[in-house]
Amino acid sequence: MSEDTTTTATAEDTRVAGRPEGSAPSRRAVIGWGGAGLALGAAAAGGAVALARGREDDTAPVADTGSAVPFHGAHQAGIATAVQDRLHFASFDVKTTDRAELIQLLKDWTRAAERMTAGHEVGEGAYGGLPEAPPDDTGEALGLKPSRLTLTIGFGPSLFDGRFGLAGKRPAALVDLPKFPGDNLDAARSGGDLCVQACADDPQVAVHAIRNLARIGFGKVAVRWSQLGFGKTSSTTPDAQTPRNLFGFKDGTRNIAGTETDRLEKHVWVSGKDAQGPAAWLDGGSYLVARRIRMNIETWDRTPLAEQEDIFGRDKKEGAPVGKAKEHDEPFLKAMKPDSHVRLAHPDSNGGATILRRGYSFTDGTDGLGRLEAGLFFLAYQRDVRTGFIPVQTSLSRSDALNEYTQHVGSAIFAVPPGVRDKDDWWGRELFA
Amino acid sequence: MRAVRLSVVTAAATAAALAAVTGCAQKGDAKGGEADGVTVIAKDDSCEVSKTSFPAGHLKLNVENRGSKVTEVYVLYPDARIVTERENIGPGTKATVTAEIKAGDYEIACKPGMKGDGIKQKVTATAGKGAAAGPKRSPEMDAAVAAYRQYVQAQADETLPKVKTFTDAVRAGDVEAAKKAYADSRIGWERTEPVAESFGDIDPKVDVREDGLEAGQDPAKDWTGWHRLEKALWQDKKIGDREKQLADLLDKDLADWVKRVGKADITPTSMANGAKELLDEVATGKVTGEEERYSHTDLVDFKANVEGAQKSYELLKPVAQKNDPKLVAELDKQFAALNTLLDKYRTDKASYVFTSYDKVGKPERKELSDGVNALAEPLSKLAAAVVK
Repeated sequence: MSEDTTTTATAEDTRVAGRPEGSAPSRRAVIGWGGAGLALGAAAAGGAVALARGREDDTAPVADTGSAVPFHGAHQAGIATAVQDRLHFASFDVKTTDRAELIQLLKDWTRAAERMTAGHEVGEGAYGGLPEAPPDDTGEALGLKPSRLTLTIGFGPSLFDGRFGLAGKRPAALVDLPKFPGDNLDAARSGGDLCVQACADDPQVAVHAIRNLARIGFGKVAVRWSQLGFGKTSSTTPDAQTPRNLFGFKDGTRNIAGTETDRLEKHVWVSGKDAQGPAAWLDGGSYLVARRIRMNIETWDRTPLAEQEDIFGRDKKEGAPVGKAKEHDEPFLKAMKPDSHVRLAHPDSNGGATILRRGYSFTDGTDGLGRLEAGLFFLAYQRDVRTGFIPVQTSLSRSDALNEYTQHVGSAIFAVPPGVRDKDDWWGRELFA
Repeated sequence: MRAVRLSVVTAAATAAALAAVTGCAQKGDAKGGEADGVTVIAKDDSCEVSKTSFPAGHLKLNVENRGSKVTEVYVLYPDARIVTERENIGPGTKATVTAEIKAGDYEIACKPGMKGDGIKQKVTATAGKGAAAGPKRSPEMDAAVAAYRQYVQAQADETLPKVKTFTDAVRAGDVEAAKKAYADSRIGWERTEPVAESFGDIDPKVDVREDGLEAGQDPAKDWTGWHRLEKALWQDKKIGDREKQLADLLDKDLADWVKRVGKADITPTSMANGAKELLDEVATGKVTGEEERYSHTDLVDFKANVEGAQKSYELLKPVAQKNDPKLVAELDKQFAALNTLLDKYRTDKASYVFTSYDKVGKPERKELSDGVNALAEPLSKLAAAVVK
C-alpha cells in the first residue's frame, strides 16, 4: 500500500506542534509571518513524527487510535486505506468556466485537505480572528481527533466536456455507464463534475470536511448531491470481521485488502499500458463507481430465512457459502442457486472481474410512506470499469434474486487521480499540466 | 459627573492635558455652574453653542429654546449617525441632553419646527495625548455610512406612497388593484431589511408570516401586515372590514418606520454584514418560496434584497478595494452573475415584474440557490476587508 506507516503522527502530536493549546496565533500574527510561519509549523510537525514513531503505529495501523492517515503518497488515501466507520460523499458541479479558477480551487482544496486530515483547522482557524468576520474554519471538529479522516477526489466524465480544455484527456475507460435493467436513476442523485469522498471514524469529522470544502468552493463549484453513510459494509482488512449490510448479511468477503499489493496493482491502480496517451495523467489513480442502492427493508424482513440465505448464497449466522462451514471457505458456486447473489457476483462468474468495495449503509429517515429510506451506498474502485463494475453489474442486474429487494436510484462514475505527493503538489496537477 | 470627566482625563498620559482641562472646569464652576456642560441656545433661525471644543467623556447639553417653534436637538457623528437627541422642546422651555462620547468630531444640530436637516454646528471632543481616539473612523467610511443612511431614508420615504397605492386599493375593496400594487409596496423595505428589522417592534407588525406567530397569539387578531393581506388577496380572494383596518394599520406602522429609520445605528461593519444578511434573507425565505407563499412574488423580494446588498457593497467598495482587491473582484463578478441570473426571470429589465415563483422549477431554484451561495460566501468576508 502507498501509505508509509512510519510517517503516521498522532493527532495530539501534530496538533501540539502546529498550534499549542491556548496559544492560538492571532490573525494578524499569522498574516505577518506568512510563509515563514507555515514552514516552521511543518518542521515542528516533522519533529513530532520522529517522536511518535515506533511501537503502536507500526503494529496496529488500523486500530481505533483516532490517528491521522497520511495525506501524501503515490496513491490517494481513502481507497486501499482500512475502511473507516463513516462516510460523507459529495458530488459537485463546476460552476466557473474559468480554467485558472478551477485550478486554484483544486489547490485551495488540497491545502485544506492536508490540514483537515491531520486534524487541523482550515485556514486561520475557527476562533481568534476578527470578531466582525466569520471564521475560516466552521469549528465543529475542534477537539476531535483526526479520526483517520481521508479525503479522496474524483473527476467525472462531464468535466471533460470541453469547458476546461480537457476533452482530449478523457481516458477511454472513463465511460458513461450503460443503462442496467431495473435502474431507476434520479438525475438529482447522479453524476457530477467532481466528487470528494470523506471517510472517518467520527461522522462529525467527515461532515466537517465536506462542509468546509463546499464552503471554500462556493461560486466555483456547487454541491450537486451528497450522501452520508455509516456501518461500513465491506472491509479492506482481511483479518477484521466482514461487516453486515442492512439485510443482515455479510457480503464482499473476498474484497481486496489494503495489504494485497499484487491484487491492488492488478485490479485497482491504473498503470502501465492503460495509463498512456490521454490517460497518462491517471497513472497511479483509479476509477470509482458510486451507486445509491435503495433496499426494500420491510419486504426483506418478511422473507423466510431459507429464502434469504438462498438469495445471498450464504448462511446468515456465519456467512459461510452454501455447503461450507466458515465465511472465508472457498465457495462452490455450482452448489448455489443460479440466481444467487454470491454466485453471480463472484469473479469466477465474471471472467475474473474484481473490484475493491468500500460501501456504506445509509438511512435517510423514512420515505413518506412509512418505510425506511435506507440502503447501500456502493463504492467500487477498479483499474478499468469496463472489466470491473460493468460486467459484474450487467450479470447482477439481469438475474440477481436480490433485485426483488433492491433498486439502483443514483449513479456516478469518476476518474480518481493519483496521490498528492508533497506540499507543492495538488489534486489534479497532472490532469491540468 | 466630575469624577467621570477626571477618569477620562486621567487616561491621558500627560500632566499638561490634565492641568488644562481641570483649569477649564474650574473656570466653568466659577461662572455659576453653566459650564457644567455646554449651553445651546436654539432660536428659529440659529443654534448657538457656547463652546465648540470640550473634553471627551460625559457630555451635557443645556438647551434653551428661545424661538417660537418646537425644536429638537441632536448630537451627530460626522456621518449623520445620531449619538443622542431630545425631541419636543417647546418655545421658552429648557431641556438637557446627555451622552457619553469618545474623542472625535461631532455636530450639534437644532431642528426648529422639527423638520428638515436642522441648523448644524461642528464641535470637537478632545482627549489628552495618547488617550483612546474612539472608534476607528476614516473620512471614507464616514462618507459611506452617511450615503447609506441617506439611501435607507430615501427608500423608506419612497415606500410610503407605494404602500398607499396598495392600501388604498385594499380600502377600495379592489382585489386586482391591490394584488398589482402588493410586491411593489415591499421593495423599499426589502432593500433595507436589516436596518428595517433593527426596529424590533415594527418588523413583527408589518412583515411577519403566519407561522411567525407565537403560541397563544390569535391569527385573527394578532396577525397584521403585508403577508396577512397577501393571504386575503391571493388565497381568500376577498377584502373585508378587517383587511381595510389592516391596511390603515400598515400605513401607520410604516409611517413610524419612516420616522425612525434615520436614527438606526449604522456602522461600516453593520453595512457590510447587513449586505450579507440580505443574502441570508434570500437564502432562507425567498429561494424556498416561503416568503411569498400566496402571491409567489418571491423574485421581486429577491431582487430588492440583492439591490440593497449591492448598495452597501458599492458604498464600502473604495475601502475594501484598498484592503482586499481580490475580494472586490470576486464580489463584482458574483453580483453581476446573480443579477444576470435574475434577469432570466423578467422580460423587461426596467420593471419589477418577475416570473411567478411557483412557475420556477426545482433545478432552476437550485441554480438560484447556488448563485446566492456564490455571492454570500465572499460577501461574508466584506466586513473583515473593511475594518482590516
